[in-house]
Amino acid sequence: MGEIIKINDLHRDFIVGDETVRALRGISFTINPGEFVTVMGSSGSGKSTLLNILGCLDVATSGDYFLDGVDVKSIDKDGRATLRNRKIGFIFQSYNLLPKTTALENVELPLFYNRSVSNAERRERSRKALIEVGLEDRMNHYSNQLSGGQQQRVAIARALVNDPVILLADEATGNLDTRTSYEILVLFQKLHDDGKTIIFVTHNPEISKFSTRTITLRDGHIIGDIMNPEIKSAKKVLDSLPVDDTQ
Amino acid sequence: MNFGNLIKIALKALGSNRMRTFLTMLGIIIGVGSVITMLAIGTGSKQSIRSEIGSMGTNVIMVMPGNGHFGGVRQSASSMQTLKLSDYRSLANETSYLSHITPVVDASGQAIFGAENTPTTLYGVNGEYLDIHGYALSEGTVFTDEDIKKSAKVCLIGATVAKNLFGKEDPLGKVIRFSKIPFKIIGVLESKGSNTMGMDQDDLLLAPYTTVQKRILAITYLNAIHASAISEDYSTQAINEITKILQINHGIEIGEENDFNVRSMQEMLKTMSSVMDLLTILLGCVAGISLIVGGIGIMNIMYVSVTERTKEIGLRMAIGAKGKYIMIQFLIEAIFISVLGGIIGVIIGILAAKIIELLGTPTSVSAFSIVLSFLVCVFTGIFFGWYPARKAARLNPIDAIRYE
Repeated sequence: MGEIIKINDLHRDFIVGDETVRALRGISFTINPGEFVTVMGSSGSGKSTLLNILGCLDVATSGDYFLDGVDVKSIDKDGRATLRNRKIGFIFQSYNLLPKTTALENVELPLFYNRSVSNAERRERSRKALIEVGLEDRMNHYSNQLSGGQQQRVAIARALVNDPVILLADEATGNLDTRTSYEILVLFQKLHDDGKTIIFVTHNPEISKFSTRTITLRDGHIIGDIMNPEIKSAKKVLDSLPVDDTQ
Repeated sequence: MNFGNLIKIALKALGSNRMRTFLTMLGIIIGVGSVITMLAIGTGSKQSIRSEIGSMGTNVIMVMPGNGHFGGVRQSASSMQTLKLSDYRSLANETSYLSHITPVVDASGQAIFGAENTPTTLYGVNGEYLDIHGYALSEGTVFTDEDIKKSAKVCLIGATVAKNLFGKEDPLGKVIRFSKIPFKIIGVLESKGSNTMGMDQDDLLLAPYTTVQKRILAITYLNAIHASAISEDYSTQAINEITKILQINHGIEIGEENDFNVRSMQEMLKTMSSVMDLLTILLGCVAGISLIVGGIGIMNIMYVSVTERTKEIGLRMAIGAKGKYIMIQFLIEAIFISVLGGIIGVIIGILAAKIIELLGTPTSVSAFSIVLSFLVCVFTGIFFGWYPARKAARLNPIDAIRYE
């Protein structure tokens, strides 16, 4: 299997008033299947812009982007929507679950936009995804009845349900307390062990210790791209945390 | 994309905002309901007026003397003496589209019986007058050709006159006086009630026209000739035929002004109908405006909904919804609101029409008004849902998903 993501000399310019803001100034890297990559950088470093482009929500001003062998540059808006639906799983900082909707229905959502998935299959796959994130007993709870950690698990299940080639997480633990953050990281590591390719965008250096590779951005350039020699286990850290009574 | 899925998504969105959905729908419900009710009132009134005029005989044709000059002075129509018995005879013999025909002479005066008296109108006619105007006898008989030939002093009495003169007594066989002439009552007319113009149709006496002409008015001309066409459909032919015969009888050249008028109830009906149509259109317009206001309500709510759900739209786009799916979803929501509102409106409109009918105003719900308002609803949904839906579809997913 070839590389999942291949970008080459990627530029992204925004025109704000009379000025041109150059958010990305020539970025190149390749991500292979099974990698767990954290993209680090302070705010304004271009990591959100990069994530948008990787997620096919935005297109680069210049440079090449191949997602799972598809040249994204050559695809129109609707084509990119389909690409997002089939190949990408998004996980957001603020979960973005639909209100007044059950966990199961939230997870089903991406499959609603996939004609080839039947009603029965959609339900079955959504159940499996929820089981995978450990929410088998919360399927019919409404999103406002779930804790932050549980909501993020639903969001992860939603990202998994279409069996994407890559999971894109944007500060996925940013809204969670320490313990819940580690729980989510445990889940990410488990998914990674199961063979999922993950890109985790964060400004928190702590998180990069749990990934296999760290790409650091500053001012639109890559200033660091290292393979982590020693990957910490989120589960061990979680076990070492003092037990919280409220959990 | 499966269209059924989009419908499910749209319905779920509506279902999670039931109160708002209902309130939005209310505008359409009221709009459609009032369109149906207003049109029902309009149509109902029209039909009741039609049937009232119909009871006067829609195929009735009246020939009146027309304007004319006499020594260079234009005379009033009623003073003209252009209609003669000979006209009646030739019409009776020569026309092929008439079923009944009678000469008419009338005289106003007091009818007197014993100590009672009442003002009324005595019409000199033949027996066919009853058929033409739809009178029936409750007792007695109609005067015969023999009575007409002899100018017999017999009459038929209208229900109002009978009540005024006799109260509860049976008038049959009694003798009343009209302009000092005694008339024996040989028949009593069944009550017909008032006509559309509020005229009491039972306030009359009918006598042989010869009697009225000779014994009361001392004239040889006629005030009018009343006839009925074979059926409503032949009214126009009958009028043309009568006009032609009378033109020949009166020696009127083509292009010259006729000295008579031929009018049919049909024409009156048309006039009344056009007035009622106008009323119906007016009511419909007022109701239509409320439907438009309802539509704007939908548009307003859909706009609010798009703004409120910006984040949701962003998410849907991020997980693979194309712009057009978002658009279709919002359009379905708008159409669903308007169509369901329309259906409820139709039901409420029909119920309201029934209630109004029970309160005494005639109504008639036409299939046309139901189909029309339903189509208007679908159109309203599409039209007023379009812009908000397009706004939603054009959102940039990057901005939308981070919208707070």
